[in-house]
Amino acid sequence: MMGINRREFLKIAGWSALLGAGGKAAFELLAPGEAEALLQPTPLKAKQWAMAIDFTKMDEEVMGAAIRACHRLYNVPDMGNPKVELKWIWKETYEHTFPTQENEYIAEQFHHHNFLVLCNHCTNPPCCRACPTKATWRREDGIVMMDMHRCIGCRFCMAACPFGARSFNWGDPRQAPKELNPDFPTNPDLPTRSKGVVEKCQFCAERLAKGQIPACVEAANAVKTEAMFFGDLTVKDSPVRKALRTRYSIRRKPELGTGPNVYYII
Amino acid sequence: MYDKGKILGGLLIGIVLLLFPVYYNAGRAAKAPERVLTEKAKAAKQCVEDLAYMKAQHMKILDEWRQEVVRQDTRYYKSSDGKTYFKSLQLTCMECHSNKTQFCDQCHNYMGVAPYCWDCHIAPKENG
Repeated sequence: MMGINRREFLKIAGWSALLGAGGKAAFELLAPGEAEALLQPTPLKAKQWAMAIDFTKMDEEVMGAAIRACHRLYNVPDMGNPKVELKWIWKETYEHTFPTQENEYIAEQFHHHNFLVLCNHCTNPPCCRACPTKATWRREDGIVMMDMHRCIGCRFCMAACPFGARSFNWGDPRQAPKELNPDFPTNPDLPTRSKGVVEKCQFCAERLAKGQIPACVEAANAVKTEAMFFGDLTVKDSPVRKALRTRYSIRRKPELGTGPNVYYII
Repeated sequence: MYDKGKILGGLLIGIVLLLFPVYYNAGRAAKAPERVLTEKAKAAKQCVEDLAYMKAQHMKILDEWRQEVVRQDTRYYKSSDGKTYFKSLQLTCMECHSNKTQFCDQCHNYMGVAPYCWDCHIAPKENG
């Protein structure tokens, strides 16, 4: 059912146009940052954020969309050289994703096939224990966060992370090859990083604060529905729990005891 | 005293060299730069706090904001006159003070301070 009919709509439109022409638009009357403050979105909150990735839905298109969405949102440049690459979410073969579960007779659908990997936001994160400045720490909602202001670039966290989820800025990311990053920085609303800090996936803490789910999940699901799930692991009916309840899933290197919170449905 | 002439001469040369910056720069003190406001900043009349506080404490506010946003996930600032602002250098401060080279850099250069905000944060585009 329509909320208003044509006549009412035209009346409202007319009055709005008159007010707009005579007076000032609402946003001009507000101080900077006030509009954002007035429209304070409800942040998404959880006790333990977690992600589930449906391997059966992963193809190059879905993974590409997720990676692009993430790297464009957070100004992660393509460095064009694997030695200095920066990655928040990327593709890795089965052998590299689950090295202890590989054998030469493994089913063909897994052998050499790519998985989408990112920071596992571990329940017991070794990177946070290694960090001498608390530039990386586990938030109360389970996100393993980075404070670039405090990172001294010692790279202990990179040595501690068993998943290779952290990248070091060997140079200024704004000096990334222009031909690979023609419109860098892609998002003028968020910062880049500087030379000498470590960066990684932050489970879209910026977006959660605005009440949005992570960009990769949104982008992947826009290509194929239910390709990725995100939610609170402690809530029984969260999307991630629902997915894990009905399908078989594995995690990366669970034997290390870090408690990864990214699940792979296979 | 042996070699009186050489010692005193050497001392004199030393003092002359040592004091070189003093007399070389005497009477040439650089003028303190004027604060330049954009039209938008003028129209807003007041920053998130009053002028005197912002002049003395803007670095403290920015430091607190970055701590609170990144580490405590509290993203809104309640100013002393009761207004609420989104804590963001890039989105809130620079919305008015979009003339970074005049508003920020001029005075920072004069004072000889080099904050590293813009190593990561993206400065607004300025004309010319």
